[in-house]
Amino acid sequence: MDDLEIVAEKIASQAKPGEEIEAFVAWDEETSIRVYNGAIEQLSKSQSSGVGIRIVNNHRQGFAWAGTLDPSSIDFALAEARDNASFATEDEYLGLGVPDNIAPKTLDLWRDELSSHTTEEKVSLALELEATLKNSDKRIKSVESANYGDASSIAAVVTNTGMRASYRQTFSFITAHAIAVENEETQTGGGYSVGRTISELELNKAASDASMRATRLLGASKPTSARMTVLFDPQVTTTLLGIISGTLSGEAVIKGRSLFAGRLNEQVASQIVSLVDDPTNPSAFGASVYDAEGYASRANNLIVEGVLQGFLYDTYSAKRAGLITTASAVRGGFSSTPGVGARALYLTPGTKSQSELITSIDNGVLVQSISGVHSGVNPISGDFSVGAEGLLIRSGRLAQPVKEFTIASSLQRMLQEVVAVGNDVDWIPSVAAGVSLVVEGISVSGV
Amino acid sequence: MISQEIVQKVLASAVSRGGEFAEIFVEDKKSSSAAFDDGKVEELTSGVSIGAGIRVIVGETTGFAHTADLSEAGLLSAAEAARSVAMVSGSGTKAVALSAPNEHTLSGDILVPSQVGKKSKIELLEYMNQIARSTSGSIKQVSAGYGDSYRRILVANTDGVFATDEQVRTRIAVSVVAFGDTGMQTGYETAAFTMGFEMFEDVNIEELATLAAERAVRKLSARPAPSGTLPVVLQGGSGGILFHEACGHGLEADHIIKDSSVYKGKVGELVASPLITLVDDGTVSKQWGTALIDDEGRPSQRNVLIENGVLTDYMWDGLRAKKLNRASTGNGRRQSYQHLPMVRMTNTYLVEGKERPDTIIENTKHGVYVARLGGGQVNTATGDFVFGMTEAYLIENGEITEPLRDANLIGNGPEVLKNIDAVANDFSITPGTCGKDGQSVPVGCGQATVRITGVTIGGTANG
Repeated sequence: MDDLEIVAEKIASQAKPGEEIEAFVAWDEETSIRVYNGAIEQLSKSQSSGVGIRIVNNHRQGFAWAGTLDPSSIDFALAEARDNASFATEDEYLGLGVPDNIAPKTLDLWRDELSSHTTEEKVSLALELEATLKNSDKRIKSVESANYGDASSIAAVVTNTGMRASYRQTFSFITAHAIAVENEETQTGGGYSVGRTISELELNKAASDASMRATRLLGASKPTSARMTVLFDPQVTTTLLGIISGTLSGEAVIKGRSLFAGRLNEQVASQIVSLVDDPTNPSAFGASVYDAEGYASRANNLIVEGVLQGFLYDTYSAKRAGLITTASAVRGGFSSTPGVGARALYLTPGTKSQSELITSIDNGVLVQSISGVHSGVNPISGDFSVGAEGLLIRSGRLAQPVKEFTIASSLQRMLQEVVAVGNDVDWIPSVAAGVSLVVEGISVSGV
Repeated sequence: MISQEIVQKVLASAVSRGGEFAEIFVEDKKSSSAAFDDGKVEELTSGVSIGAGIRVIVGETTGFAHTADLSEAGLLSAAEAARSVAMVSGSGTKAVALSAPNEHTLSGDILVPSQVGKKSKIELLEYMNQIARSTSGSIKQVSAGYGDSYRRILVANTDGVFATDEQVRTRIAVSVVAFGDTGMQTGYETAAFTMGFEMFEDVNIEELATLAAERAVRKLSARPAPSGTLPVVLQGGSGGILFHEACGHGLEADHIIKDSSVYKGKVGELVASPLITLVDDGTVSKQWGTALIDDEGRPSQRNVLIENGVLTDYMWDGLRAKKLNRASTGNGRRQSYQHLPMVRMTNTYLVEGKERPDTIIENTKHGVYVARLGGGQVNTATGDFVFGMTEAYLIENGEITEPLRDANLIGNGPEVLKNIDAVANDFSITPGTCGKDGQSVPVGCGQATVRITGVTIGGTANG
């Protein structure tokens, strides 16, 4: 970590009079293994590092990056960032952050244990996953892929305006994708397990989820079009919350792209909806000690009992809104500038398990996966229409499997029509935790 | 980029522990982009990345490593990491013979991005912003983006290939938000080519901005899309993504070999309406998915996948072709030197037919006319796909009538291909980004106006 801070410090110290420089330096090491039919199909090991340099001069911002820490490439990026700034429009709100004296929380997101495992152990794990899944059900005809992957990453951000932070984390995961066949019909399903190191992985859960999700769809047909109650599986809820988080970005509000702009303190969701973004929760895979601008992470209440409480901000958007940052700067890596984003959204859970929620639904559908999210959900207008597959719910019980149908509504309406949140919170590697969610009045289109 | 001598040494080291095949892919890429948003030139970005990826194939196993260190020592250490998959120690030295270099350089007509002033790039965006905002008083927000990349690649392998290429790509996009009594609506347009800045001699950016703005405004008065199964007419050039998703992915040889495609074992069979001829073609001049060679050093080619409804062949990369002892079709592509190549589409398109688009609409009593599709997604094992309509209208009694709000279409690839009953003569290709296994590559998708007899439309109104 210190090494990266030194590199970042050296870049930031090259500021000319009047210039603000931010250097973001990142390093990561990854292993990725895919097995197929009892043999290694692909094994890849890599280390990479890079730097992103942001310069603000006279309220104009420029950016450049290099996918290496080689000195000549860093010099190139510094010179380009400087040159790029001279072409940008002056914007009085632009400027790098200054320390706010909020102390960072201690979060344990790095496991030394990960590096103690050999590649052979990781290969064995993937092979065991494949074998377990293949033997889980005679209808599992093949395992399209079984994977093991891990990543250790470290980043440092230093500015000449006093910001200085570095943070690190490890991840380890297994995923498998099953193909189930019965009576010449094929269905697929996936399962996974994620942790911060190998000992936190649950191999049997990954295998049984993939097996169950593929086999329970066998015999699926198109449902009859109707308006009904939908029970979203935790994974699907994660996707929905991820979309909603975009509408809660202060940047989107300022630029007139949020459907929640101007609705602060209004009832935007049903009373049982309380949503917080808390990257200081170590269970969240999006947790981190600092945000991408180097501010200590903090919990931000967004919706409390259905009432909109606030939005997420980084330095720039907060300044424009006349507020202070919520430490919600995120970045996709060293090759992009920070933007505003949620990292650890969490819906306050209810009291019922998924099976208890099912018993309360007379006529509905359990949606286990959705598709076409990037094309079918418009986070600006709120229009929502996605492909889905799952199982019908009849008189409080799971009934026949259904596929090749769409579910449609609007984000605004869905939030108002949430009637239950489950108790089955599942931290999925995403910006939001999964949880079973029951929403009424959704249009199901099939035949 | 790297001498043949060093390449030979690195490849020899990569197979020194036994391994049938080794490859080195070197990439030197510079990219730049500019973003205009909220009435301001928000950001210019420049990026540089350089490195090499080395893979070694031992039996059924591929070992891979990459490095940003292009010195001989750096490359040899990556070769060592990649060959570590060869668990048994092999036979010592192996001589690697390389063919005479097959080197491609850019033609003089190409205006390389680095030769173009940043000011000219920004001016395009400012102009699009101005045009879009002047289209209507209900335009509330405009963002416009420009991007270019210049990439030099070198590919060499133990089969003797030694090839280099220079590739330049340029894109521009505009996104508009309109505001009215019904809330907000959006419109988006893009143009992208395997060309340099000279592309703006051909691309009409004024038209792009106007189209995007008009689309957003028109949707303010749109009614909810129907819910249910209806005939769908896809406008030429708008819906190539349907064929990319609905059957293109299922024709990639990696899915075939893994039994995860509905098209496995169907070569020679009628898999589509006889009106359908589907081609993947990396040689179409200047299109977004075009390149002289693929990322395995193989010349791009035109591959007929479906001819008059009959499945003729799949798309192949080097690894899968070797397994079946046949030639690659030039479809081995990768996102960067940090990624393994795999079977990818280039420009995938439906060959045009003879009907006039107007006639197809006139002959549709009740249905949906799709003027623009967004992205899509497919499950290759089942053929089930979805894709989003971002501009659509009702067809009533043979006429295009009211605009519809955004919604997804859902269907099954093999079924849709059989249910195409009209193909028009107004072919065009649109650019897109194809994601597979976490890697993104530029592709083109093309088609003429077609009619599908029935597709499920995921709206909220009773059809």
